[in-house]
Amino acid sequence: MHLILFFIFAGFCLAGAINLLLQSHPINSALSLIVVMSSLAVLYLLLGAEFLAAAQVIVYAGAIMVLFIFVVMLLNAGREDRTLGSRAASVLGLPAVVALLAVLATLFLRAQGLGSASISQGLTTTEELSKVLFHELLLPFEVTSVLILIAILGAVALARAGNGSPPPGERTAAK
Amino acid sequence: MNFLHQDVPLAWYLLLSAALFSLGVIGFLIKRNLITVFMSIELMLNAVNLSFVTFAHQWHAVKGQIFVFFVMMVAAAEAAVGLAIIIAVFRARATLAVDRIDLMKL
Repeated sequence: MHLILFFIFAGFCLAGAINLLLQSHPINSALSLIVVMSSLAVLYLLLGAEFLAAAQVIVYAGAIMVLFIFVVMLLNAGREDRTLGSRAASVLGLPAVVALLAVLATLFLRAQGLGSASISQGLTTTEELSKVLFHELLLPFEVTSVLILIAILGAVALARAGNGSPPPGERTAAK
Repeated sequence: MNFLHQDVPLAWYLLLSAALFSLGVIGFLIKRNLITVFMSIELMLNAVNLSFVTFAHQWHAVKGQIFVFFVMMVAAAEAAVGLAIIIAVFRARATLAVDRIDLMKL
């Protein structure tokens, strides 16, 4: 059962990620990214992380992707025109990615002592997680809330109109 | 029927994570739209989260999962600020094509 679920949702993940690369319209890329994130939530559940599966759906597939799609629609982003890109990216970047993937794959396949996951192994309950989070890691948790607050303020300050805005002629061209 | 009850080696999860990360890097290199480039970065973050959860499962460590939780929070903050920067860039240059946002290029 675990094996079948793994294959189905790993397949969804990879298909979504490849589709993200192939689509030329940002909306289609965003929708395939949602597929990737939702399938990852199922994979988290298979690995026994129930809280993270819920958080993945709510935070990633929900909040962050809504933000992405909102921006795509706000800026009326159209089809991208494919160009070759920089030469450094194709000469250095792509071979480096292939090399990285090859090294990681050989490492993981040769690694000794990696266990296996089965569906009978229990979940890490939210209770266990919260006990560690709110006792040992309380300070980092609170600092994270400050980080989010600063990020919100920064986002509002950056996106507000009239703040370091270009000359009016260019602004009408943007609309 | 034996096939149905087989366990999944954790190495396969790690392989999936590596493949997703590589696809994210490739997207970062070949996509020409600022928003899609940003999406590729999110894909890379997700791939790393998957390997965190896998190792947390391997070592029965709750802290690995908590780390993923923190990564999610940082990713949310990053998405908010990043998209605000994208809006500001679009307002200033009226384009989303990364080839034409080259003010700092040598």
